[in-house]
Amino acid sequence: MYFSDETQKTSHELTRKWEDDVQKALQSNPDQKERFATVSDLDISRLYTPEDIKDMDFGRDIGVPGEFPYLRGNQVTGYRGRHWTFRMFSGMGSAQDTNARWLMLLREGQTGLSTAFDFPTLMGYDSDSPRSLGEVGKCGVAIDTLEDFLALIDGIPLDQVTTSMTINPPATVLWAMYCAAADIKGVPLSKIGGTIQNDMLKEFIAQKTFMCPPEPSVKLISDTVEFGAKYVPRWNTISISGYHIREAGATAIQELAFTLRDGIEYVEDVIRRKKMDVDDFAPNLSFFFNSHIDFFEEICKMRAARRIWAKVMRDRFGAKNPRSLWMRFHTQTAGCSLTAQQPYNNVVRTAVEALAAVLGGTQSLHTNSLDEAFCLPSDHAVEVALRTQQILAEETGVINTMDPLAGSYFIEALTNEIEGKAWEYIEKIDAMGGMIAAVEKGFPQMEIADSAYKFQRQIESKEKIMVGVNKYVTEAQHVIPLVEIDEKMGEAQISRLQDVRRRRDNRAVLQSLSDIRTACKSGDNVMPHCIGAVKNLASLQEICDVYRDVYGEYRDPGLY
Amino acid sequence: MSDRKIRVLVAKPGLDGHDRGARVLARCFRDAGFEVIYTGCHQTPEQVAATAIQEDVDLVGLSCLSGAHRVLFPRVVELLKEKNATDIIVIGGGIIPEQDFPMLYDAGIQAIFTPGASLDTIVEWIRKHVANHS
Amino acid sequence: MDNTDKIRAGDVRSASRLIRDMEDKLPHARLRLKQLFAHTGQSFIIGITGAPGAGKSTLTDALIGAFRKHHKTVGVLAVDPTSPFSGGAILGDRVRMLRHAEDEGVFIRSLATRGALGGLSQAAGDAIHVMEAMGKDVIIVETVGIGQQELDIIHHAHSVIVVLVPGMGDEIQTMKAGIMEIADVFAVNKADRPGAKQLQIELASLLSASPLTADAWRPPIVSIGNLYEPVGFAEKTTELMQKLSDHRAHLVVSGQFSERMERKALMEISDALRVCILEPVLNRLVESGEMKKIIDRVKNRETDPYTEAEAVAHRFLRSGDMS
Repeated sequence: MYFSDETQKTSHELTRKWEDDVQKALQSNPDQKERFATVSDLDISRLYTPEDIKDMDFGRDIGVPGEFPYLRGNQVTGYRGRHWTFRMFSGMGSAQDTNARWLMLLREGQTGLSTAFDFPTLMGYDSDSPRSLGEVGKCGVAIDTLEDFLALIDGIPLDQVTTSMTINPPATVLWAMYCAAADIKGVPLSKIGGTIQNDMLKEFIAQKTFMCPPEPSVKLISDTVEFGAKYVPRWNTISISGYHIREAGATAIQELAFTLRDGIEYVEDVIRRKKMDVDDFAPNLSFFFNSHIDFFEEICKMRAARRIWAKVMRDRFGAKNPRSLWMRFHTQTAGCSLTAQQPYNNVVRTAVEALAAVLGGTQSLHTNSLDEAFCLPSDHAVEVALRTQQILAEETGVINTMDPLAGSYFIEALTNEIEGKAWEYIEKIDAMGGMIAAVEKGFPQMEIADSAYKFQRQIESKEKIMVGVNKYVTEAQHVIPLVEIDEKMGEAQISRLQDVRRRRDNRAVLQSLSDIRTACKSGDNVMPHCIGAVKNLASLQEICDVYRDVYGEYRDPGLY
Repeated sequence: MSDRKIRVLVAKPGLDGHDRGARVLARCFRDAGFEVIYTGCHQTPEQVAATAIQEDVDLVGLSCLSGAHRVLFPRVVELLKEKNATDIIVIGGGIIPEQDFPMLYDAGIQAIFTPGASLDTIVEWIRKHVANHS
Repeated sequence: MDNTDKIRAGDVRSASRLIRDMEDKLPHARLRLKQLFAHTGQSFIIGITGAPGAGKSTLTDALIGAFRKHHKTVGVLAVDPTSPFSGGAILGDRVRMLRHAEDEGVFIRSLATRGALGGLSQAAGDAIHVMEAMGKDVIIVETVGIGQQELDIIHHAHSVIVVLVPGMGDEIQTMKAGIMEIADVFAVNKADRPGAKQLQIELASLLSASPLTADAWRPPIVSIGNLYEPVGFAEKTTELMQKLSDHRAHLVVSGQFSERMERKALMEISDALRVCILEPVLNRLVESGEMKKIIDRVKNRETDPYTEAEAVAHRFLRSGDMS
């Protein structure tokens, strides 16, 4: 019981009186619209009172940071000891171009690196593949072989800076390159730290960067989890991501539920396939959420996420190590909330979203740049975005106390509601036989498509507002300087790759590709063989083609 | 009895998987009474052009958010031209900077709709231009 | 070269346009089809039916690949439902056949049901004729699901594959209700799933319990496991193709082939009669406002539908004015 009987009685009486007053007031001053709902279309009440959280138990449901259910934070000290990691996602053009941007960001006070790869790299194609036409270096950095990778990390102290790599189907290959690079630079694997996104389920669900079918895709992920637990203990081997699910049009609840259910699927697969104890790998799982424009909904989503995961790990998997129960997550502000119209408004949106992420207790944050609705961010736009985080951390005082919104009738009630609805989805997917089965049925894909279409219709009818898009529209164009990638860059990248193919020992390459093939067929861990192959300068696509060949190629089923 | 049913192809050439807009448009076109061929992500321009012709569509809507539109959109138009299918209207959408509009128009893309364009506007544009066309 | 010649030479643009003109009921299209008819009837027509989500398109894709390996040209007609609310449709089946998009030996055409009474069968029949005239060796017709409309379309085919998957509920019940009679080959998809064994057992016992058809053909069951597993899936597809070819041989040897051709011709004639007699009459009645009056009379029990229909038949059939 969260409140004494007396408080509840008073609350009840006062609330009924207030409701009467509201009815009277509405006669002369009606509301501006019929419904007030979150951006995800969750109805919100005019007022929250003790009655809304009367069934809560402080010790059981809220508690303190560092204690189950970890609603208020994983660690006991919060941001006083250390800010969240300022981690700006960046990558474009060649490895050299991106390396220059990275060195700039580190000089400006960024504390972690985060890599954006171009689409051919993301999909497991080399720059000279016909499929790569027009894409090389466009939305991120092009990496074909270990030589490119070494250029990318030139001058970066691998034992001091952690690097996050947004890479999914070819995650084994890029991580192998990182490990090989560390080896070449004399840094032991036990000293390197970072994250590979390596979350294929959300690709089938939302982002559509895929290569092999779901089942073998998850097998490759379990290989990395096992390899990391044994040899690279500071590495987060999966960043279980809701970001892309949300960007594809999901609601906050769908983002939360599908992401956590993906997490459950990975844990189950590692336990089943690798016979590992949950506590031996769960601390290396991390998460990645979207921070959208609906301020309170996002804060509650992140709080609920921590509480659900702690329950899942303790009750479903019997985890004992507190670190297994922690949901550690990176956050990115919502790309889909930005507008190409009146782009400077995006700075404000991003600041509000970043604040929600901080109040939600994120461990790491990327703030979008104002020009990201058009193109890759310019240096100046990136700087403003980074400064947004620094202002939050250094000026606003929001870091002074932990989980400052806890105990708010509204916040706790909304957190409970979001958690409850997320559990409903999780149970539904359990009943379907798990996430792989649900994905094959198209269930999460269709749920998201429905939400996206509904939202678009609400924008059309102005039930939901985007400033500059369907309200406060101006004709005036704000011209902002855009970054363009030199079209010649692709050609240079291709000739570099072809040069490597001429110089390397092709017999060694073929042997190491054949080793990977054997491992794929026998079910052995592919990671050691991948490291061998990239050291021999096998290209990204050459390795991925082995996967495609053995496991089959997944094609977009085109669900709408 | 002989009303021409509008047929459109919604296609995503290139490697990006950001299909939110394409899927919303496919549904919107269906609800506007069009017959929509939707072919999912990761198409080559060759596949797009071949599909457009096999399905005898009035219009192809291309969506690309990776920046590869500068190469891929003109390529689709070119392939249609090679197959004597210049009567098929090609429009584009996605993240396309205004600087790129002139080169795309020059290449034969007849309209470009970027995020924020209303669904009704797009539907009306298609109705008008397809009607003028046939 | 006129359009008829172009279609006979395999020109995709002309063929696709004619199919569309037939769907849209443009007057000149029927004339063109008449000219083509003499050049049809040489293709092997396969129907694929099964509940939505059973994996029909994936199987069609695999069959295309298998036939192409044997250098057969293939036409595919993929049917998807029209929205009853807007009259629009999203036609997505060909997504799964994308790898054949650029193969000039393959022509894939999507067809919306358009909800017209019996009209789908005619539209499908017309489209098949166009593909036959193009000289396609094999034509695969993929239905939306399992229902009356499907049964109508399927009569255009020589051999029919019924696709089943485990865990989709009352499959077997559905089959007892009519699909059983049309299946020449069963494909059990996703046979690596739980419930697949059970489905196969039920199916086999149902088949052995039912009397053999007049021509003594017992539909074989082909179990197709994990369709992502490239080698195994290819083997199964080959097996499926083999069964189809066995069935075709059986049809010819047993004399059933000509019976099926008769069934098909009857179907086409019925469709044509509907288009040439019923539709113009209905249109005429609606346009003149007479239909409204007939409806009122029947509604008010002043008369009955048969008396009205006989009167209409008498008038129109005697006048001979059926253009």
